[in-house]
Amino acid sequence: MKLAIIDYGMGNLRSVANAVEAVGGLATIVSEPARLREAERIILPGVGAFGRGMQNLRSGGWIEVLEEEVLGKRKPLAGFCLGMQLLADVGFEHGRHDGLGWIRGSVRRLETGDPALRVPHIGWNDTRLAKKDRLYRGLADSETFYFVHSFVFEPEDAAVVSGTADHGVRFVASVEAGNIVATQFHPEKSQRAGLMVIKNFLALEP
Amino acid sequence: MLKTRLIPVLLLQNGLLVRSEEFSIHQVIGNPIYEVQRFNEWNVDELIYLDITRDDNYDVRRDDHKVKNLGDSLDILEAVSKTCFMPLTWGGRIRDVDDMRRIINGGADKVAVNSQAVRTPELITQGAELFGSQAIVVSVDARRHNDGRHEVFIDGGRTATGLDPAGWAREAEKRGAGEILVQSLDRDGTGRGYDLDLIRAVAEATTIPVIACSGIGRYEQYKEGVAAGAAAVAAANIWHFKELSDRNGKRALARSGVNVRL
Repeated sequence: MKLAIIDYGMGNLRSVANAVEAVGGLATIVSEPARLREAERIILPGVGAFGRGMQNLRSGGWIEVLEEEVLGKRKPLAGFCLGMQLLADVGFEHGRHDGLGWIRGSVRRLETGDPALRVPHIGWNDTRLAKKDRLYRGLADSETFYFVHSFVFEPEDAAVVSGTADHGVRFVASVEAGNIVATQFHPEKSQRAGLMVIKNFLALEP
Repeated sequence: MLKTRLIPVLLLQNGLLVRSEEFSIHQVIGNPIYEVQRFNEWNVDELIYLDITRDDNYDVRRDDHKVKNLGDSLDILEAVSKTCFMPLTWGGRIRDVDDMRRIINGGADKVAVNSQAVRTPELITQGAELFGSQAIVVSVDARRHNDGRHEVFIDGGRTATGLDPAGWAREAEKRGAGEILVQSLDRDGTGRGYDLDLIRAVAEATTIPVIACSGIGRYEQYKEGVAAGAAAVAAANIWHFKELSDRNGKRALARSGVNVRL
């Protein structure tokens, strides 16, 4: 299997699969953790609440297999939206929840400091691309991507940040750490630039 | 900085695209799938698809469309989502969370609920818990009475509810809605511009994004919705029969100083 999209009951997977296919990839939506062992690379998508996302990963038996395949065998993994936030140590959406802890940091509510800047942060926002040799290869220094979220990932190590955007405050739009890459925005819903990100992920070397 | 979204609204009736006037006159204008491909090529910001089929007025004079129930509409949704690399909201005839699940599994990113949210407001909370608030758009159809008061209507404008749109929108937010789509029964299809009092009242009553709709006849009218507090501006009829309706709409907004994605 070329690429597995994890179905853990958190949102629209079809659009991720459609986008992978649109750039010439082959995606399989998997709902059995064991099937990740056959995959060359993995996408952890997801929308919804942090706590439920972790609970679904845990109760579905995903975490152990993911750790073997992603941390052990270093298969490329892309997290999108909630899939990025779950990489953190801890999330504070509706209480305190442990995350996967693969990238040091926490997930906190986006505080814009301005009532005119509404939350959820929904729509297209300019994203400054700080690292352009992997996920953002071939893109401009700033691209617009589609965001839908109320919480943001605050990594401890600034070196993992590969993109930032502003909504009242500057927040992390993407992270890249070895074979693990992730975006707060939805590349599968971000037209040309988003499809380019997915295409780059399909070529990503761990 | 976040861009103001410009959103085409497509209306689906018995499997065909239609344009609408005052929620009551509907003219067939084309194929529901090709239109989305065109919008995708135009790089539009987002798309809202509303299935306004009423089971009791199926047009039997036509036999080229055999689309009647939600199941058949879902076939259209699946075909649409394959060429739609932008956010897709799907609304109409949603009765429960199972309908929501079918629509999201069919490729939609968000569902728009209207009549059933008024009848059973718990549906908003149930949907938000299952799919996240960002996936739940509450659509509010309002009519302005002669005394200037607004009232929420449901069932495609046929049933009065006694609800005030601003108060209802605030309650919808409290129950877990992620966005509010505001439509005006008396502006729909008229080209007279948005009902700005309505947009302003709903925007002031809520903290989540408000999408203005109904009444756009000229691109210059979009900016009035933004000034009234809308986070996104939508329209239906102006997108049809015209080339460059995205480009010209965006340019009109940009000229008036609104930050859009060009």
